[in-house]
Amino acid sequence: MSRTEATAPRRRLPGSLAWHLGALAILVVILYPVVWTIGASFKPSEDIVGALNLFPTDPITSNYRRLADGIADIPIWRFFLNSAYISVGSVIGVVFSCSLTAYAFTKVRFAGRKIMFTVMVGTLLLPYHVLIIPQYVIFQKLELINTFTPLLIGKFLATDAFFVFLMVQFMRGLPKELDEAARLDGCGHLRIYWSIVMPLCRPALITSAIFTFIQAWNDFMGPLLYLNEPDKYTVSMGLRMFIDQDAVADYGGMIAMSLVALLPVLAFFLAFQRYLIDGMATSGLKG
Amino acid sequence: MTHIQTSASGPALKSDPAAAEWNGPGRKNRAAPQPRGHRENLTGYLFMSPWIAGFLFLIAGPMVFSLYLAFTDYNLFDAPRWVGLQNFTDMFADPRWRQSVKVTSWYVLIGTPIKLAAALAVAMLLAQKRWGQSFYRAAFYAPSLIGASVSAAIVWRALFSDGAVVDRGQQLFGIDAGGWIGDPEMIIYALVGLTVWQFGAPMVIFLAGLKQVPKELYEAAEMDGAGSWRRFWSITLPMISPVLFFNVLLETIHSFQIFASAYIVSNGTCGPGDATLVYTCYLYDQGFANSRMGFASAMAWLLLVAVGLVTAVLFWSQKRWVHYEEDGR
Repeated sequence: MSRTEATAPRRRLPGSLAWHLGALAILVVILYPVVWTIGASFKPSEDIVGALNLFPTDPITSNYRRLADGIADIPIWRFFLNSAYISVGSVIGVVFSCSLTAYAFTKVRFAGRKIMFTVMVGTLLLPYHVLIIPQYVIFQKLELINTFTPLLIGKFLATDAFFVFLMVQFMRGLPKELDEAARLDGCGHLRIYWSIVMPLCRPALITSAIFTFIQAWNDFMGPLLYLNEPDKYTVSMGLRMFIDQDAVADYGGMIAMSLVALLPVLAFFLAFQRYLIDGMATSGLKG
Repeated sequence: MTHIQTSASGPALKSDPAAAEWNGPGRKNRAAPQPRGHRENLTGYLFMSPWIAGFLFLIAGPMVFSLYLAFTDYNLFDAPRWVGLQNFTDMFADPRWRQSVKVTSWYVLIGTPIKLAAALAVAMLLAQKRWGQSFYRAAFYAPSLIGASVSAAIVWRALFSDGAVVDRGQQLFGIDAGGWIGDPEMIIYALVGLTVWQFGAPMVIFLAGLKQVPKELYEAAEMDGAGSWRRFWSITLPMISPVLFFNVLLETIHSFQIFASAYIVSNGTCGPGDATLVYTCYLYDQGFANSRMGFASAMAWLLLVAVGLVTAVLFWSQKRWVHYEEDGR
């Protein structure tokens, strides 16, 4: 955890002032689209594209009030509920299925473990698009189109190799003495997994959970393929409907909904950014 | 080891169920120095069973199926009809397919290096210990999470359309080009901009790598009179090359698969004039809008081969430029 010592405060290079000016300049570029969106959501539609000012001179709230009417007769909470259902389901699936797999890879010495691990890492590099057509055909034959199952089942079957990998990296770092001692005391693997490894893996589990939630929340292609009735649509698809409906006239509503759609992601990010960023860094380092 | 022990206790074991049962959970095994073995295997497979099922039914099985479909004509309703290499010859003769290859290659070749260069430059800036450093780190990372969403693509569309912020900005420099969204020459750079904006994820990985570089190396080099450019080329870059390799690999594979942003920024048209017809857009269009599942499967397999080739080339090239610490510094 404390890898920080190595950073050298290199004194003679750009002074503090130059550093802060540089960082601020990047910050402005990075945050500009976000701030612009916030401002635009309070502007009347016709001012959104053309006006250069970031914030409206005469802020309005009608863009948000329009959201209350819903999109094409569907109240927007419906989309949020659908997205929440899929995202929370995905989190539960990933946390349990990936941690079980990672536990087996790191703590159980079963035959074929090395080959399976290689295969698992291999799937990390596999372009998802090779699978979308056959998977679609399979789910179509099983009559699961327009249900949430195709979007959730992979999460419960540990197909997100990235998270298995992340948890394996983490579990490898746990002291061996702990589970050896537990085994001498007569604990089985299930007990060790549940009472020792899982609590110690909290940081890796939280990282995976947040990443999963945000990915599932943002996902567009999955819902686009598998959901075809508007009342099953997720937030991403609801936004897409907004564009379809009429792009020019209701820019305001669209921007307002874009922002509202991001709120859960932003909230998660603000609450857990430490975990997210450290998780990202550890997964890359030993890769 | 365990395996040898079991078979040593009698070859009759295998054929005699009664003996096996007696030997199984009984006392004799418990006394053996390693009581686990088959049990350990069974536990392993039980723990792995979700992954094994997922791999067979959602990855390996579908891959075999899609390889078969690639050689058929299939519209989802009639039975697949074997057509041999027809899909592949059709593909090479198809100007829209060639366009999609061109657009995607361009996007990968332009977007990935710019994004990684930005990520590395900013990571080097943030590697210095300064006040507010962790705030900047978090703020720069944020777009990596929202960049993939439909929201970000919608905002991008608004920022780059005719008469919008970017257009006005250009006018300040006397360039009156109209918006990038409607311009087939420029819209791809709006997409590149969107991916570069998300430099935060590789940046964080670079940062972690930079922290591992021993500062003594810099001090020694400085004493030898090496300038900052020289120190970057001779110390920083070789020392972080494993992390650089990881980022190049991940970002390249990732860029090949761009879909949502191209689809939304172009308003579902992959236009104007097929200017944002990235490979997956065309795959989606052929497979799901035109019901040419066989053709789309063939396309997917070519994508897999292309990504595999790029990965292989990168792994092959890493011997020349990636330095792991075991090799000595």
